[in-house]
Amino acid sequence: MDEDGGGDGAADSGDAPTNDGQRFDRLPATADERTVPERPTREEVLAWWDERFGIEPAVFAEHTFWERGSGKIWAFRGELTTPVEIEALGMTCLRTRQEHWKPTMSAIQRFGEHATRNVVHLAREQAATFLAGEDQDLDWDGDWGYLVVTHDLAGGSEPLGVGLYVYGELRSQVPKGRRRDLR
Amino acid sequence: MDVLARYEPLVDDFEAFRAACERPLPSVVRVNTLRTTVERARRAMTADGIDVESVGWHPHLLKLDDQPGANWPYVHGWIHGQEEVSALPARVLDPAPGERVWDACAAPGSKTTQLAALMDDRGLVVATDDNLGRLSALRSNTERLGVTNVAVTNEDARVHSLQPFDEEPYDRALVDVPCSCEGTVRKNPDTLAEWTIEHVRGIAGAQKGILRRGVQATRPGGTVVYSTCTFAPEENEGVLDHVLAEESCRLVEVDLPLESSPGVTEWEGEEYDPSVVRARRIYPHQNDTGGFFCAKLEVTG
Ligand SMILES: C[S@@+](CC[C@H](N)C(=O)[O-])C[C@H]1O[C@@H](n2cnc3c(N)ncnc32)[C@H](O)[C@@H]1O
Repeated sequence: MDEDGGGDGAADSGDAPTNDGQRFDRLPATADERTVPERPTREEVLAWWDERFGIEPAVFAEHTFWERGSGKIWAFRGELTTPVEIEALGMTCLRTRQEHWKPTMSAIQRFGEHATRNVVHLAREQAATFLAGEDQDLDWDGDWGYLVVTHDLAGGSEPLGVGLYVYGELRSQVPKGRRRDLR
Repeated sequence: MDVLARYEPLVDDFEAFRAACERPLPSVVRVNTLRTTVERARRAMTADGIDVESVGWHPHLLKLDDQPGANWPYVHGWIHGQEEVSALPARVLDPAPGERVWDACAAPGSKTTQLAALMDDRGLVVATDDNLGRLSALRSNTERLGVTNVAVTNEDARVHSLQPFDEEPYDRALVDVPCSCEGTVRKNPDTLAEWTIEHVRGIAGAQKGILRRGVQATRPGGTVVYSTCTFAPEENEGVLDHVLAEESCRLVEVDLPLESSPGVTEWEGEEYDPSVVRARRIYPHQNDTGGFFCAKLEVTG
């Protein structure tokens, strides 16, 4: 599995409903509907994409969001009755467990074309270094944190993946299984 | 044993058939139209120094002079390595955006992702396989190709449960069963060395069970496509004959864009339901491809 694909079975202890690594639970629409503490809401997920990358909620209008394992959010284009006990549902999308939420490479390739901020455009050689999984120095005077990395392909700018910008450096977040050396 | 010699009575030009089975196959990719256009994919590959050639019958297929996995368009999910004949069954199933479709033996997902593309990533594709390792390859493919309307289940397709899917039957099902793979001999010459008649008979039992479940899980008036990459009638017409007798369904004509031969109604003393002539056999010499078998059923009950 190339990223965030496997349930890790992490479950919180206690009596409250918890996360189950083997099953998908639909995110509640808003905080009022939340039954599992810590579970993000659809509203929060949409707000995060909008704030961080300028990707508007309308982009996800046809997608539902699901959690499997604590903080692993999936995007599915459809509706099913929650919970769903299956292997996979749509695409891995976001990890919300850590302080800074982190988008997946798949979600960036799929939805990143709509990003209007925190987007860094790389030249071909830099893009190849990034795809190989290597870190590189980068001039960037925007925010620190996760960025959408783009480069030119067949006459247009295309989202390639997620980079973490800190201390003057772009750290490649390309998962191991998707790294390639095209240099 | 000389496996191919079994088929001398079925094949018109047996020498051409045998010669084609010995030639390697070119690499072919399918352009993922969820992500890009054929024109841009061609442009990106040419820029990467890869020579591409169109495949006449299918606008989204391109022949390459290179391996399909180490280039920029692959990384962006613009292309997916898929043999020419393997692109047929999803076209025969012909799902529309918004429908519910079951892919009963789905890993590693070449046809799953093709179905999703034909549906413009709308509606539901349930992709089932009983092999978890192969499902992880399928998952990598759906992620890379940017598919979001696929739900994956790990179970024996013969007892596939509709419970997670609100108990609603499918509009269409693709039943692309495990088989003796004789038709892939141009890619894996070892396939024939491992061939045994016991394996063929054993796997035919599983194929019957999977196809029956495909028919049962599909609504009346819905379509089921059965496909294999083998020439063995035991796994092809023999399976159809069994399922026609046991389930409410009938075979319908298939209009293929490639040269093909009708299904056979007799084999080694067995007689099959006469309607199996509506199934199509593709031999490697007919279109310079791998071997294939494909049948289309309408659910009547
Ligand atoms: C011909 S391959 C499928 C190729 C796939 N449709 C594609 O286009 O990428 C057959 C698959 O059936 C799976 N399989 C075998 N027996 C099965 C069963 N009883 N139920 C579900 N899947 C099964 C195998 O693991 C294998 O992945």
